[in-house]
Amino acid sequence: MASMNVVVCVKQIPDPAAPGRLDPETKTLVREGKLILDDSDAYGVEMGLQLVDRAGGGEVTLVSMAPNNEASGLRTALAMGASKAILVSDDQLSGADALTTAKVLAAAIRRTDADLVLAATESTDGYTGTTPVQVAELLGLPAVTFAKKIECHGSTVRVQRQTEAGFDEVECPLPAVVTVTAGVVEPRYPSFKGIMAAKTKPVDQLSLADLGLDGALRVTQEISEVAAAEERQAGQIVQDEGDAHERIIQFLDRLKVT
Amino acid sequence: MNLDKVWVLAESSEGRPTSTTCELLTKARQVASSVTAVTWGPDVSALAGALGNFGATRVLWVGELGDALPAVPVAAAMAAAIQAGDKPDAVLFPQSYDGRDIAGRLSARLDVGVLTNVVDLAEDGTSEHAIFGGSTVVRARFTGEPPYLFLVRPKSFVAEQSAEQSGGGAPEVVDLPAPDTGPLNGAVIKQRHVEERSGPKLDEAAVVVAGGRGLGESSKFELIEELARLLRGAPGASRAIVDAGWVPYAYQVGQTGKTVKPTVYIACGISGATQHMVGMKGAKHIIAINKDRDAPIFSIADLGIVGDVHKVVPKLIEALASRS
Repeated sequence: MASMNVVVCVKQIPDPAAPGRLDPETKTLVREGKLILDDSDAYGVEMGLQLVDRAGGGEVTLVSMAPNNEASGLRTALAMGASKAILVSDDQLSGADALTTAKVLAAAIRRTDADLVLAATESTDGYTGTTPVQVAELLGLPAVTFAKKIECHGSTVRVQRQTEAGFDEVECPLPAVVTVTAGVVEPRYPSFKGIMAAKTKPVDQLSLADLGLDGALRVTQEISEVAAAEERQAGQIVQDEGDAHERIIQFLDRLKVT
Repeated sequence: MNLDKVWVLAESSEGRPTSTTCELLTKARQVASSVTAVTWGPDVSALAGALGNFGATRVLWVGELGDALPAVPVAAAMAAAIQAGDKPDAVLFPQSYDGRDIAGRLSARLDVGVLTNVVDLAEDGTSEHAIFGGSTVVRARFTGEPPYLFLVRPKSFVAEQSAEQSGGGAPEVVDLPAPDTGPLNGAVIKQRHVEERSGPKLDEAAVVVAGGRGLGESSKFELIEELARLLRGAPGASRAIVDAGWVPYAYQVGQTGKTVKPTVYIACGISGATQHMVGMKGAKHIIAINKDRDAPIFSIADLGIVGDVHKVVPKLIEALASRS
């Protein structure tokens, strides 16, 4: 393949360093305010850029769903080198579940000519980990999840897929969906030039109506109750004065594990 | 609605059901009146006996599947059976590599949602989920038509053999061949690599010694391995050092890694990010060693040592080694 087009699904999330909270009314995750690019997605973006580079042509297109046309996280990925983005925003999508999200992303991806669709194995905030495979099924594509290494050879993608025991070498025809772990590649930092260029890269803003999904989506799950989990009590905290290992050994001896 | 018929996605390893599969079968027979296991792989008759011991009265077998990734054929076979009228109220999936893929595929095929990260399930189909690193519990339910799909975290239930089934009749095994899925099923395993590990498995060990960024550099992970060896335990790791490439992913404890419930968990140089804590806060006892007195890990530790892992751990190793 002399050229390769990669679509990367990216999620823009509230800063994970800030504590998450649920809306007391809808009991869904509060996702207002400034959103940032999910760290987990930087790996897919970087992988996409490298694959396009190695193919000798093509481009990386971002696909994202976010409230209020929020694009600040997309700008980060565009600054890394992605060419353009499709952003779906619609008030009907508030509280969307994984399958609904997958339907939206799949509809957006259909508007591209992707040879390969990349996504993270799971997002940092919702961590359902099912959306990429749901996208694959909706698009009628094969998928390989948990990739720690990806190489493209012609119309085939070769993936090292994590397993319980180690990893499998998996071969899959393109087009395909592949989800990547953090081990797959080291993401670059956007350069100053990249950040400046990102400001003018195209972000195609779409509503559900634009995708032909107006009123077509329904969420069939709800949160019925939210409660604080039983707290584990903190025990004894001691400053090491050179003999802390003895405290640990006493503790282990009492448990009879030494 | 109350759950009556429940299916369990039964994964196996070396001809035996995985521990999470046994946990799910145990839960399924507690909440439902009939339990069907859906499985694949070679030698189904031996496997079926073991599945029966944990409460499956019927086994649906998708075939050996060879070198195909199981997600597409297994989900397609399940969807075909369900659409033909063999309809469970709920399907429980282990939240494993293939379990997630199969649940996702089936969800899209049937156009029904999936509830993930389930840690408990009631007879009325209400599921319980731990979020925000386990600090908050939410209960959720489906509002649409069954089947309801649940992805369940490992170690959520205790596996117990069924009194009625053990020694009794083996469950009925029914072939459930996958329909032709064409190019959808194009992914093929060319080679399987097993990363050798000595000692007990991370998610089964009575003692887990885990290292994090506080170790400073990858070579210091040897301290973790040595301490684990002396305590006949398993070494584990935080996501930070797995991402940094110090140790393989198989060592990772936390949301994206393994869930562990050992007798003792010793966290060395781990600050306690929420995604780590959700994987280990079920340990019976927690010891934490960290330089930072304000590290969140201390809020759940039974014994917290504010100190330098590079000083405390070598002394601990020396003291334990001198005993043996």
